[in-house]
Amino acid sequence: MARHTLTELIIARAAKAWADDPEWLATGITPVPRLAAGLAKTLYNPRLMITDGENWFARDPVPLGPRDGFEPVIEGWAPYLRTFDNLWNGRRHAMVAPVQIDRYGQTNISVIGDHDQPKAALLGARGFPGNSIHHPNSFFFPAHNKRAFVEGEVDYVCMAGYNPARWPGGRKPFRLELRLILTNLCVMDFGGPGHAIRLVSLHPGVSFEEVQDNTGFPIHRDGGGTPETPAPTDEELAVIARLDPHDVRATIIKGNPPGRPEWG
Amino acid sequence: MTTTFDKRMSIDDIIASLSDGMTIGIGGWATRRKPMALVRALARSKLKDLTVVSYGGPDVGVLAAAGKIAKLAFAFVSLDHIPIEPHFKKARQAGLKVWEMDEGMLHWGLRAAAMHLPFLPTRCGMATSVAEHPGLRTIRSPYADGEELIAMPALRLDAALLHVHRSDERGNALILSPDPFFDELMARAADRVFLSAERIVPTEELGLPGNARFHPFERAVVTGVAEAPFGAHPTSAAPDYEIDMKHLRHYVASAESDDAWNAYRAAHVDVDQAAYVASVGGADAILAAPRPVY
Repeated sequence: MARHTLTELIIARAAKAWADDPEWLATGITPVPRLAAGLAKTLYNPRLMITDGENWFARDPVPLGPRDGFEPVIEGWAPYLRTFDNLWNGRRHAMVAPVQIDRYGQTNISVIGDHDQPKAALLGARGFPGNSIHHPNSFFFPAHNKRAFVEGEVDYVCMAGYNPARWPGGRKPFRLELRLILTNLCVMDFGGPGHAIRLVSLHPGVSFEEVQDNTGFPIHRDGGGTPETPAPTDEELAVIARLDPHDVRATIIKGNPPGRPEWG
Repeated sequence: MTTTFDKRMSIDDIIASLSDGMTIGIGGWATRRKPMALVRALARSKLKDLTVVSYGGPDVGVLAAAGKIAKLAFAFVSLDHIPIEPHFKKARQAGLKVWEMDEGMLHWGLRAAAMHLPFLPTRCGMATSVAEHPGLRTIRSPYADGEELIAMPALRLDAALLHVHRSDERGNALILSPDPFFDELMARAADRVFLSAERIVPTEELGLPGNARFHPFERAVVTGVAEAPFGAHPTSAAPDYEIDMKHLRHYVASAESDDAWNAYRAAHVDVDQAAYVASVGGADAILAAPRPVY
């Protein structure tokens, strides 16, 4: 096994989120999801469409940061108007990096604290509300703690989740489908009872107790033991390095820890 | 005999034609093609109690810092490469009144206004906190599906302020940038539409019909047009010029204290557009800004 960082292990695992998707847009917002989408398109699913992060579809994933003269091959036009038309049509799987998530999978990027007079004003809801009920969504959190994985509901629900109390008429919204959560500690999905958040794998050296202690709500665990998140392959590491020539990935998780604690 | 038909105005004439309490739509998106010359003129005017509708960037920040906004209808305010808009953040945390919505709801509200419909149904916002806004109602589909949807009300604008690359003196405009955003809907949603243009050119220099894809709306919706070279700076008007990240960082630093804002304001807001361009290093400096990567 080649030496790798925890972030690289997460990127490789996150890429699998799009591995079996149909021909649609893979959107990764913030560097780790974006690298994962690029890796997925490169190694696992050439059907995926991908953008340059602005308003063009690129034939191949566009590396992060300064391009040093490299010009991506453009295969289509993706202005915001068309982005909405495409996503309302359901043809997208996005992975985003919210500030808060709750037990229902509801996420927040708008404010911390009271909405009328917030302790911290962030971005605003952006397109999160519409995204959440039109196409599948997955999530990345670089710091798994109780400030991010909150005890009650998130401070402002930007994305709908598996919370029937908020569903109109108690009916699940149109295409609500939350898939995967990746953090610096573990991988989770929504496969518990009633779509409860369920542990899928633990990163090397992490215990279930550590995950639970850093989460504001109970995490569901299937019986029979939890596997370790697999290490990235040499091929995956090579693609990640090519898509991130300026090593932006080294700045994402505090201290840029190694993929295995014994390498620290 | 030939009569002329000329909609040219000055930036300050446009702002002088607006009134307190109006609902103003501002075109562009975050740090791209914001009508900043018009926004700065608005900031230094005596106008007050405005409702601002925007896919927000430094337009919202400057107007919030200048105390012009009574209410903001928005889905986000961001400087893109610098995610948090500092003046917006400051105003928001001090209790700026907002109507927060999904980006698609904003789009749909403008489209409803553009079509003179009372509302358009959308599921964007359902099952989230944006659905709790007190002015919002839902509607049930009258068809077999019976789905409950948000009835997004028309966002009718008293005026829209838009920045375009070229216009003739009658308001035949071109938006040459790679994404036209929702300026067309703002133009149709507004009672009066004012353009700032990089250059006002003779009609035959618009390059129509070849440039048809860049022609966003017919001139009948345009009330007035002001020539304002670099009128989107520090946001981009690509392909003419790119986002000035250096200036945006200077702008961000102006939120650190009242003194910093007052200094910024004196240097870059309380001046006309020609002096503004000089204050940021002149045309050559603006044209030298590199293309950003996203």
